[in-house]
Amino acid sequence: MRDELPAGKPRRACFRRDVKISAAAISIKNVTYDYGTRRALDALDLDVAPGEVFALLGPNGSGKTTLFRLIATLIPLQQGTISVCQANVRHQAAMARANIGVVFQSPSIDLKLTVRENLLCQASLYGLREPDRSRRVRETLEQLGIADRSQDRAELLSGGLRRRLDLARGILSRPQVLLLDEPTTALDPAARSDMWKYLRSVREQTGTTVVFTTHLLEEADHADRIAIMDEGKLVVCDVPDTLKLAIGGDVLSIRATGDPLALARDIEAAFQHSIEVVDQNVRMECQHGHEWVPRLVQAFPDRIQAITMSKPTLEDVFVRHTGHRFWVETPIQTPKRRAH
Amino acid sequence: MVRSIATPDPEMSELHDSRRAVVASPWDAAGMICWREIVRFLRQRNRVIGAVGQPILFWLLFGAGMHSTFQIPNQSFGTYFFPGTLLLILLFTAIFATISVIEDRNAGFLQGVLVAPIPRWSMILGKVLGGTLLALLQGGLFLALGAFLGIRYSLSSAVGIVGLSFLISWSFTSLGLMLAWRMESTQGFHAIMNLFLMPMWLLSGAFFPVPLAGGSISQTLMHVVMRLNPATYGLAGIRQLMQGGPVASLWQPSLTICWIVTALFAVLLFSLTTYIARQPSTHDAR
Repeated sequence: MRDELPAGKPRRACFRRDVKISAAAISIKNVTYDYGTRRALDALDLDVAPGEVFALLGPNGSGKTTLFRLIATLIPLQQGTISVCQANVRHQAAMARANIGVVFQSPSIDLKLTVRENLLCQASLYGLREPDRSRRVRETLEQLGIADRSQDRAELLSGGLRRRLDLARGILSRPQVLLLDEPTTALDPAARSDMWKYLRSVREQTGTTVVFTTHLLEEADHADRIAIMDEGKLVVCDVPDTLKLAIGGDVLSIRATGDPLALARDIEAAFQHSIEVVDQNVRMECQHGHEWVPRLVQAFPDRIQAITMSKPTLEDVFVRHTGHRFWVETPIQTPKRRAH
Repeated sequence: MVRSIATPDPEMSELHDSRRAVVASPWDAAGMICWREIVRFLRQRNRVIGAVGQPILFWLLFGAGMHSTFQIPNQSFGTYFFPGTLLLILLFTAIFATISVIEDRNAGFLQGVLVAPIPRWSMILGKVLGGTLLALLQGGLFLALGAFLGIRYSLSSAVGIVGLSFLISWSFTSLGLMLAWRMESTQGFHAIMNLFLMPMWLLSGAFFPVPLAGGSISQTLMHVVMRLNPATYGLAGIRQLMQGGPVASLWQPSLTICWIVTALFAVLLFSLTTYIARQPSTHDAR
């Protein structure tokens, strides 16, 4: 039987089978998006379940920000459908928008307004009226620990606090889905862990579905589930530990003295074990890596310059599924790529 | 196919029901955006100085310099140029208020508004109303200053002048917003300002009267161009209200025509701006 899909375009999907599709917080079906002639998203399918913390992980240019903008209704959908809390973003944009809190990569706060004024402004945009409005603003400021700065102009806040104010803006309307684009970009490590602390508290207190994009592998570990994207396609989607366990055991990375391809071929022949060459390094997934190290070094004493053993990381997951390193420069880049 | 081992949570599914969503009131949102425009303006003192200072300086310098060469019976250049200066203040303030949309876009504030559950016209209404009120505020200050310096107008005509000024500012703010909506930098806007908006002001009768038709070809051409300029009518209306009637030696439309053209221009530009801002675009993502 022939596959329904066009050849050479493998489609992966990420559905939770245990949740009815209609109940998904975000449902993405067959979404394709082009910037001119460049394809940013390619027939993407994805479901995010209510209440989960979901990471869209991918290197720059993988299409994650485009997907974020489509879900946030910032750019018009070209092909496919996206629903947020059962509201179709194409036909019921206002309904979808009312359910989403959005935190952009660059803070969308007004620096000339005070912290409190920024939130009052946001409250009016999301239909909150007095006396609820003032109460909600106060509660949110307290929840995020910036109540003491409420009368300060936003331009006086540090980068970390501005980000926190931006998060406050995002959660003010108590959205069912909180969308964040690279939420910890340009933050120092302390502010970064701070941000995660508050994000977790938001999720615990209100059961909000949190979806964030990131290009940081360690950041994705905060998520319940991760969708790894590459070149506009969904590469794999699962729970972080499951992804890592699927690699099996350990990962050996071998730097060859000479030609890494030749070394890989010889190791493969000698041990009947599948080997890859990634980024000039011979890469091998195996059980009991510590036993493999001496065997390899004894077998090829002059041809191995260095050998490192590690537990599988998300990078290994990425390499396994794409055949290239996470930070390799691919020809595809987003048009408005930002420098980090 | 990818499998997930996460367990379902029926309570969570219950929570995620779009029927709970409240769509914001467009009027509330517009009011808030308008309020923000005014607060922002007042917190940037150099904008206040720039918008009022320059036209007043123009008025004083031109009034003094042109005094001996300018000839209209019973009128000094200072008196003639006063409504023109008012128009310039309205133009400057209104336009500069709306190019703030470029700043909003670049600073990231606008994207937050664009994804809010409000219709686009609500955002445009807030912006335009904010810019209009700012222009009126400064125009009002200038009017008061004029009264102090000996420009005479009655209280009833002052009400008419404010009304016309409101419509004129509304048009200019809408126009500025329309031009700035797709722009990436304020530098680009200055080119438009010099090539399009300043000539529009110059050809409104603000600086020199509309020449009478039937003279030389160039005079007739000027006459036609100035009559086609909608700003001419707003200005002519203000001038007539200030002087208590048309000046016989100048071409001037009737006051009724002035009101009608100015009001239509305001409605047209606002609708056009809203239409343009409603078009979804990839440009919004920045």
